[in-house]
Amino acid sequence: MSPDHILEKLPYARPFLFVDELSKIDDNGIEGTFTFTKTLDFYKGHFKDNPVTPGVILTECCAQIGLVCLGIFLLAKDISNSTTNLQIGMSRSEMEFLLPVFPGEKVTVTSEKRYFRFHKLKCAVKMHNAYGQLVCKGEIAGMIKYGDNV
Amino acid sequence: MTKEERYEKLKDIIKIYLPEDVSVEAITMESHFINELNINSANLVDIILDVEDEFDIQLENEDMDRMQTVKDALQIIEGKLD
Repeated sequence: MSPDHILEKLPYARPFLFVDELSKIDDNGIEGTFTFTKTLDFYKGHFKDNPVTPGVILTECCAQIGLVCLGIFLLAKDISNSTTNLQIGMSRSEMEFLLPVFPGEKVTVTSEKRYFRFHKLKCAVKMHNAYGQLVCKGEIAGMIKYGDNV
Repeated sequence: MTKEERYEKLKDIIKIYLPEDVSVEAITMESHFINELNINSANLVDIILDVEDEFDIQLENEDMDRMQTVKDALQIIEGKLD
């Protein structure tokens, strides 16, 4: 499945879509980018007069690229999957935040598959800024499948 | 390994994933993982992966679907060990 095809299948829309491009993808991992445009709504309140990207949003960005995009790719390998009604749920995240991400910054997320079994995908994720500095890292797991319930 | 030993090993795995409001004493042969022990589907996968390691067996998707109660899990483990 091509990167464009994966992006089409993403169940998110602005203002809660945190994937711009996917640059690499295979059975073991994925790499993608996102630019936090200055006009994103949450900057008005996090923090007052001092906009910084919230950690939960960085985690969400890592999960959308590292878990959901990779999961869609892995699910497509199994032809028995119907391709409608994607069901997803994050079940665990353990993140460490090392540097702030300010409005306008472009980040690159890399994700390495730990395992994908019984619809549960667990990945080690890292986010780097445009200077190649590690912004945050951690492990994220979730359930992902096509069907009626997770 | 006796039936009792397998049950104890399985209980040791399950208790790691019990939510805080469910006590270890709540685990019985008849306990339903999701409805009674309040274990979510993601943690049920963790239990299965731990069971695979502990008993050195491999479980399939249909085993996961069948594994509703503690008793089901023990039956599946016994079937694989035979």
